Amino acid sequence: MSLSYPVANDHQLARLLQIGMVLEEVIEARAGKHYETLADEERDDVETLLEHAATESARHRGQLEALIDTLDADPVAYEEIEQLVAARYESDTDTDGVLYDQLANEETAYKFYDDLIEAIEGSNVEFGLPRSELLDTLREIRADEKTGVEDVTQLMETR
Amino acid sequence: MNTQRQYLKAVYLIQEGTDEPASTGAIADTVDVSPASANEMIGKLQDRGLADHEKYKGVSLTDEGIVRAREALETYCIIERFLVEVLEVEEESFRGEAEQLESVIDDTVADRLDTIIDRAQQCPDCFDAETDMCSLLRSDLPESEAAD
Repeated sequence: MSLSYPVANDHQLARLLQIGMVLEEVIEARAGKHYETLADEERDDVETLLEHAATESARHRGQLEALIDTLDADPVAYEEIEQLVAARYESDTDTDGVLYDQLANEETAYKFYDDLIEAIEGSNVEFGLPRSELLDTLREIRADEKTGVEDVTQLMETR
Repeated sequence: MNTQRQYLKAVYLIQEGTDEPASTGAIADTVDVSPASANEMIGKLQDRGLADHEKYKGVSLTDEGIVRAREALETYCIIERFLVEVLEVEEESFRGEAEQLESVIDDTVADRLDTIIDRAQQCPDCFDAETDMCSLLRSDLPESEAAD
């Protein structure tokens, strides 16, 4: 199943951007939790990767928030998602588990943006923000997610 | 915007509720389409090995169809819970929004959203077809709304 239907209106677009924002917040918060739960000797390998994932997600979150603002919808507060992640977080006890989870995060985000871009391209609706700005931002984020998938895969292969 | 997922869910819930095959009319009513449109999708479900359609008796899901229908129902429950618990969408609109998003949210995305919501172990058996929502979700709604 995919986002095979065109985006119908500003409200649905804002909702989908909010979901994108939550996905980024989940990645950022889980990367933080993963780092906290790893033993010192396990941290070296993945520290840079997790730091990079968290920083990148925070940047994406800001970009999505700007789009959501333009649509006059409410952004989703990071602190709220961070608390929800913490409340339901089951720690992965080793680096492989952490890497697998990060890979799932990056792959899900990539697929989400890829489908969303397709659904916007397939829509004839005139949105409350410039279509070129919307698509440029989403394509840039999608490219980052693709690199993220490749980085995690590469690290998994070298282990 | 009616997907295979919505049809599987509809047939499953009708079958569960009546303990009989689902009639085309009942499926069309549930998905809110014409009987002709429902018939067309039922044919596709049959071609894909997800349902058996016996004339004058109705539609029954195959074992594979039941597995897929339960997955679809779980995804729907995740979306409903996410809308209520995380985005705090009000009772009047969360079901309509969930139906819209059901067609456009990938299963993998739903799985990630599932990591931050509070879904019961028995999902989707706690789904109430009549109210089109998880029966346990009602108690999570703000009191003024749950009292309706």
